[in-house]
Amino acid sequence: MSRARLSLGAFLLFLLAVSLTTEGVLAGTFAYYYDVLITIGINVILAVSLNLVNGYTGQFSLGHAGFMAVGAYTAASWSNHLDPVIAGALSGIGGPVATNLCLVISMLLGGLLAALAGLLVGIPSLRLRGDYLAIVTLGFGEIIRTAILNTDFLGAARGLSVRGNYTNLFWTYGLAGICVYTVLSLVNSTYGRGFLTVRDDEVAAEAMGINTTRYKVAAFVVAAFFAGIAGALYAHFKAFITPEGFNFFRSVDVVVMVILGGMGSTLGVILAAALLTILPEILRALAHTSFMPPAFQGLLENRLIVYSLLLIVLMLTRPEGLFGDPSAVRRRLIRTRPK
Amino acid sequence: MTSKPLELQNCTIRFGGLTAVANFSMVVGPRELVGLIGPNGAGKTTVFNMITGVYRPTEGQVVFNGERLNGLKPFVITAKGIARTFQNIRLFPSLTVFDNVRVAFNVHLAHGPRHAWWRGAKFRAEEAQIEAKALELLKIFNLDRHRDVMCKSLPYGDQRRLEIVRALATTPKLLLLDEPAAGMTPTEKKNLMRLIEFIQEQFDISVLLVEHDMRVVMGICRRIYVLDHGIKIAEGAPEAIRRDPKVIEAYLGEEPEA
Amino acid sequence: MEQITLFLQQLLNGISLGSIYALIALGYTMVYGVLRFINFAHGDIYMLGAFSGFLVAPLITRFIPLQQYDAFTARNFFIIACGAGLVMLISMAICAIIGVLIEKIAYRPLRNQPRLTVLITAIGVSLFIQNMTQYFFGAEPKPFPQLIPVHPIEGLGDLTVLTTQAAIIISTIVLLILLRFIVMRTKLGMAMRALSLNPTACSLMGVDIDVVISFTFALGSALAAAAGILVSLDSPSITPLMGNLPGIKAFVAAVLGGIGNIPGAAIGGLLIGILETLVVGYLRPELRDAIAFAVLIVILLFKPTGLLGRVEREKV
Repeated sequence: MSRARLSLGAFLLFLLAVSLTTEGVLAGTFAYYYDVLITIGINVILAVSLNLVNGYTGQFSLGHAGFMAVGAYTAASWSNHLDPVIAGALSGIGGPVATNLCLVISMLLGGLLAALAGLLVGIPSLRLRGDYLAIVTLGFGEIIRTAILNTDFLGAARGLSVRGNYTNLFWTYGLAGICVYTVLSLVNSTYGRGFLTVRDDEVAAEAMGINTTRYKVAAFVVAAFFAGIAGALYAHFKAFITPEGFNFFRSVDVVVMVILGGMGSTLGVILAAALLTILPEILRALAHTSFMPPAFQGLLENRLIVYSLLLIVLMLTRPEGLFGDPSAVRRRLIRTRPK
Repeated sequence: MTSKPLELQNCTIRFGGLTAVANFSMVVGPRELVGLIGPNGAGKTTVFNMITGVYRPTEGQVVFNGERLNGLKPFVITAKGIARTFQNIRLFPSLTVFDNVRVAFNVHLAHGPRHAWWRGAKFRAEEAQIEAKALELLKIFNLDRHRDVMCKSLPYGDQRRLEIVRALATTPKLLLLDEPAAGMTPTEKKNLMRLIEFIQEQFDISVLLVEHDMRVVMGICRRIYVLDHGIKIAEGAPEAIRRDPKVIEAYLGEEPEA
Repeated sequence: MEQITLFLQQLLNGISLGSIYALIALGYTMVYGVLRFINFAHGDIYMLGAFSGFLVAPLITRFIPLQQYDAFTARNFFIIACGAGLVMLISMAICAIIGVLIEKIAYRPLRNQPRLTVLITAIGVSLFIQNMTQYFFGAEPKPFPQLIPVHPIEGLGDLTVLTTQAAIIISTIVLLILLRFIVMRTKLGMAMRALSLNPTACSLMGVDIDVVISFTFALGSALAAAAGILVSLDSPSITPLMGNLPGIKAFVAAVLGGIGNIPGAAIGGLLIGILETLVVGYLRPELRDAIAFAVLIVILLFKPTGLLGRVEREKV
């Protein structure tokens, strides 16, 4: 039995125990912190999966929110339309089984459809160089969003109510654990070292027998799958989704987490995701401290202003993020200009 | 290891209006150590790139083991048994010494992402096997004690050796070495010469060597091709090449005084 | 006959729209030419141009009440042109300075970093500009003061040409001619072209690369600002986020023409403008924004070098 798999199993069991015992209390008394906790979990899934593409494989995807949207709307469609039919047919089975089953199926469907989207986007796009790939993935994200915006069945601009507030700690952090396990188990194998070679030096990688395109597509599809799952979890968490929630800024959100964490460090990215999720709270607290001049208060409370400044400062001072490898950043074989 | 030789048949490659290599033919036989020399810019690395699939010949054919390689992607050609090193060392900077070699085993890997995820017995067995083989290779070249060092921390000579080890990990039948002696001291070059001969015997492969240092080439190559401005100007045994007036003129730019 | 007139009308509208895109696209392409970098924040310079005009125009109209000069006389025309032109020139100058400052502070320190690092920085700069503007001006749309009287020009038959459209097209032509002169005949312009072709040779020839790059940013930003003013001539309002969509579309235009290629950017801009207008007019208006993305994906998949671009090889 593989040690890694054992750890994952133990972690999931532990989560189940925690969830069964404390979830009710948390959701009730500490509702606010509970919400933040769930959001962190979802962001961890998004960031760790994107890290596989941006961090380990060195590709630059700016459309992660698009895959999240596919997952969210697929999950919503399942729960709103198909699941009631199934549940009606299985009317013998009780409450919790039905709701959890609904969530699991909607997650799987969301993930699979998002993975398919990842395949469709990935295969043609991955011949493109860095900045071009960034723009194309951005474009695809926007196309997905615009398509949803123009689809009445999915609620268009009005948004879509999702039947069933089923997301809980177990599923959120369980899937986060599976996501982390997936990325780490892939990367830390002879096969998976190939991802890093694609990032380091594509020409040398090909010369050593690595099919770089296959690796890029694989990373894309796996990442999209988990983004879809994150979307499904999100849909059943907020119980209401709109296309605006999956726009370019959302993609940038996740990208910042990956960069802050250090591209290619799963641990760093997890920490960064948690940190950036609670950042608005930190800023709010900071803004109201006694020694903060009123002029800055308003600025601090504006999350996007702080975000963008953080991004700029980070790139200027420490582009490798918290846990990244500084020389890996400098050595990337992307065309630079002489001084 | 017997194999039909590598053959370049009248290969020409043009980039826009520039003809980098014209009508170049060459043969590398099984277990042969062949040299490819020429002044700077002659097109030697371009020939390598044609063989390994980085460039596609505009005209002519590259045949290996009876198979036509034109148009195949580099990783496919590597799987068919041709490995190379680079003029400017191109190791994978974010990987350790061990991982640089280990990743080259991907070319003949039995397991895929599914197995890496599930981590079953078969997967773990193959991983153990790969680790053993990689360490064995590193040991032969005296690099095993550095196995967990980041490859870019190695001294220059060790990095060059590592690049060769990495190429050998793909179990090639033909090894292309692109100026492996560049930047080496005379002692290091002597060691390199012995190393290349050792590799050729121990691993039973052919070696095609591009090199600037005449002593290295003349010392170990059985046959030499000379390229100038993309055209073959001489071929033959080292002694003949050494005295060939066309070769001397190409390198010095003028006829030697009689 | 009706159909042809309708088509010509759409074509005209498309050219007017395309002129705006062309002006913005030029900035993208020039910066990419000298730095191989997509300036994500360029669309926001266009927005800042409009906002500069918003701030400057009241100052000008205090002395030259432009709304009064409605009758179509030569004298009025001259006064309006001067007044509006002044607003535009001042906005262009302001944005040129802003562009140079951004380059100096946020991009220059990263010149030897991988391109993606500075791309991320540009995203940060873009978000920063948008949100700071939103912070200071509020998110609601601001009414842009009228600089020239808006009405159809007489005497063109069935075709409706607004004064503003004429202003846009004529101004764009003038600016393009000026740009061509600068790029072809001045020393800085030639240095810009040289830099985009061979940076190493440039520095070896004693060209001060920093100055040339600053100049490129200044030029591009000025043109984007001009576009911002021109589009606001008959637009009801301006918002801090108005640079997003035109920015992306202009970028697509630059890629369509061949990124790094100056005439290409102008042609690309016109083509995108015409295409967008035709699609909205003849197909479905909801596709207005999606069409640019579709064009982008098609180009990048089939001809990434664009219509007039060059292929660049990596040396192995």
